[in-house]
Amino acid sequence: MEHKNISLIIDNHKVVVPEDTTILDAAKSIGINIPTLCHMHLKGTCADNHPASCRVCVVEVKGRRNLAPACSTKCADGMEVKTSSIRVIRARKTVIELMLSDHPNECLSCPKSGKCELQAVTQHLSINETPFSGELSLRKKEMTASIVRNMDKCIYCRRCETMCNVYQSVGALGAVGRGFNTTIAPTFDRMLKDTDCTYCGQCVAVCPVGALTERTYTDQLIDDLENPDKVVIVQVAPAVRVALGEEFGNAPGTIVTGKLVSALKDIGFDYVFDTDFSADATIMEEGSELLDRLSKFLNGDKSVPIPLMTSCCPAWVNFYEHNFPDLLHIPSTARSPQQMFGAIAKNYWAEKMQISRDKLVVVSVMPCVAKKFECQRPEFATNKNPDVDYSITTRELATLIRRANINFDALPKMEFDNPLGESSGAAAIFGSTGGVLEAALRTAYELYTKKPLPKIDFEDVRGMDSVRSATIDLNGFALNVAIAYGLGNARKLMEEIRAGKCKYHVIEIMACPGGCIGGGGQPLHHGDFEIIKARQKAIYEEDRNMPIRKSHENSSIIKMYEEFFGKPLSQKAHELLHTHYSDKTIKY
Amino acid sequence: MAEKLSCSIVDKIKAICDKFDNKPGELINILHEAQHTLGYLPMEVQAIIAEKLGIPVNRVYGVVTFYAFFTMTPKGKHPISICMGTACYVRGSEKILDEFKRTLGIEVGETTADGKFSLDCLRCVGACGLAPVAMVGDKVFGHLQLSDVKRIVKEFSED
Repeated sequence: MEHKNISLIIDNHKVVVPEDTTILDAAKSIGINIPTLCHMHLKGTCADNHPASCRVCVVEVKGRRNLAPACSTKCADGMEVKTSSIRVIRARKTVIELMLSDHPNECLSCPKSGKCELQAVTQHLSINETPFSGELSLRKKEMTASIVRNMDKCIYCRRCETMCNVYQSVGALGAVGRGFNTTIAPTFDRMLKDTDCTYCGQCVAVCPVGALTERTYTDQLIDDLENPDKVVIVQVAPAVRVALGEEFGNAPGTIVTGKLVSALKDIGFDYVFDTDFSADATIMEEGSELLDRLSKFLNGDKSVPIPLMTSCCPAWVNFYEHNFPDLLHIPSTARSPQQMFGAIAKNYWAEKMQISRDKLVVVSVMPCVAKKFECQRPEFATNKNPDVDYSITTRELATLIRRANINFDALPKMEFDNPLGESSGAAAIFGSTGGVLEAALRTAYELYTKKPLPKIDFEDVRGMDSVRSATIDLNGFALNVAIAYGLGNARKLMEEIRAGKCKYHVIEIMACPGGCIGGGGQPLHHGDFEIIKARQKAIYEEDRNMPIRKSHENSSIIKMYEEFFGKPLSQKAHELLHTHYSDKTIKY
Repeated sequence: MAEKLSCSIVDKIKAICDKFDNKPGELINILHEAQHTLGYLPMEVQAIIAEKLGIPVNRVYGVVTFYAFFTMTPKGKHPISICMGTACYVRGSEKILDEFKRTLGIEVGETTADGKFSLDCLRCVGACGLAPVAMVGDKVFGHLQLSDVKRIVKEFSED
């Protein structure tokens, strides 16, 4: 249905907007940013939080008795709005002063300091004292492998609740209690680790304050880097290089791969490797698994699990282990690129370099907080020595670069070390929704048809719609593929599979908006989905610039199979590059 | 956590959900009826309701903790409620409440270990002329004095 346009006046500017536009959006369209702490809408996704609970965005509407919350008041024809009258400023100040009345004054040492939206609004309104001092809200604190909860700092914006319940359909966090005692907590006031939390970190990504943050491992990393007995190596995920620049003032979508490698060398890593290398290995394994399942399926074996679902996203893995114990045979058994890297580094590479396992420290830089949990899974350790020792986020890396006094802008561009640094364009696109599937198609197509791809780019599987599908012609066989991001969408697909109504052969799932580029460990987007889209554009540019664009053409991968694994799905590959899943249903 | 619910109770809770067409919008009505049936809303019951309604358990838990009427602790065999309405309050119902707390060794919202008594407050039973008033089950006691508390507890203890 076509929207009618209406016109109104905001701060003496005439603005024409479609009917149904909120005052907040109308103001934004002419460059007036009304401050808000609770509103958040990733346009094009169901991540839409507008409880109008913070009351920071109030504006004056001519003829209206009370102030209107701009985030949830629709524009009307002929409306006259003032976004910063004396009355508005006074109201906003009082609202913030009341929020500060029970807020812990720990800004100096708060991990969110400098990026805190409450702090920003407080400064914006020039609030220099806290006139109300009330009782402090004291809540249970919790530190999991991935997420730290300090709800004393919570301002009840409900963004985390929207991400956890509406967007991810996980339901680990929700409002509990009433009045001053309200808190955002896991069901039955349990610890997060005893709930269905997948550690996706989307709550962390949208929290305006320091209530939900990632668990940081940078101090442990610095200790290891200082230790002369340790060889410390690092792998960097594809989505990190298109986002890290934002932390240093670069425009969203700036590719900083070369500087990133320089920075890691300056920080003191002995070798700087690339998760893209193991992403190529993932394609070798997962692509082969797909072909194996497909050929059995086409030969009439109806017991073979179809569709094959990707298994790179650790939040998604946690999600199906918790919610779909009856479908654990559906996802690929291939480990994620992070874990394949760890297994390859601590076995193949360590053996080559003659470094003993206990001396080797493998660190990962990830756009993700669930990766912190994933690397601590007991199945990814040998004699309690994990394949990946710990994982830090893109944000933590930025902190580390600043702490090391490195002038990021002035850094020269450097190349990853080899052999675990060589990669293809197929691996680069793992960072975006649709990327893993496209990478798998590039390899599976050529291995299956034994013909070179007529066109490397599978445009049909790209894009930013949260559920997409396409049909690929494999020598006359119509391969139905689907891509989804957001665990709420994944749940719907899983329910279709459970009901026997799924028509797809392969499905890619990523938990975060837009895939890893919108991960819980990335520089904060503050609700601006355009930033994530800019990162996606950069990912495909990175791919186009690569000399090799198919995983099975990566010469270091070919060599590794010759020297160590034999071939994909070999016994050794199964042992080190594949995993198993178990029923982790939560009981109440 | 409460002990496992019997199959018949699970079926009853499911039947209540079915009666309301498993509509998430009927959550409060369903919780009312479930509490009426069971006396309280243990975790397992909330999990069953969430599953039947296709909503996260935390939504159910959020509603249960929001409304003071809902409780997650089983009521005693003899639920005691002290009226805290204006008339009873000015006639000293708080002291009566304190005496019940002392005698039973529990706080408001709790149940004695033997499951005999639970203690709650309520707002006006419409017997202001008898203030201060307490109810035990559906029996009303008026003109209460501190010395009555032990007698009432003793009377029901033997039951």
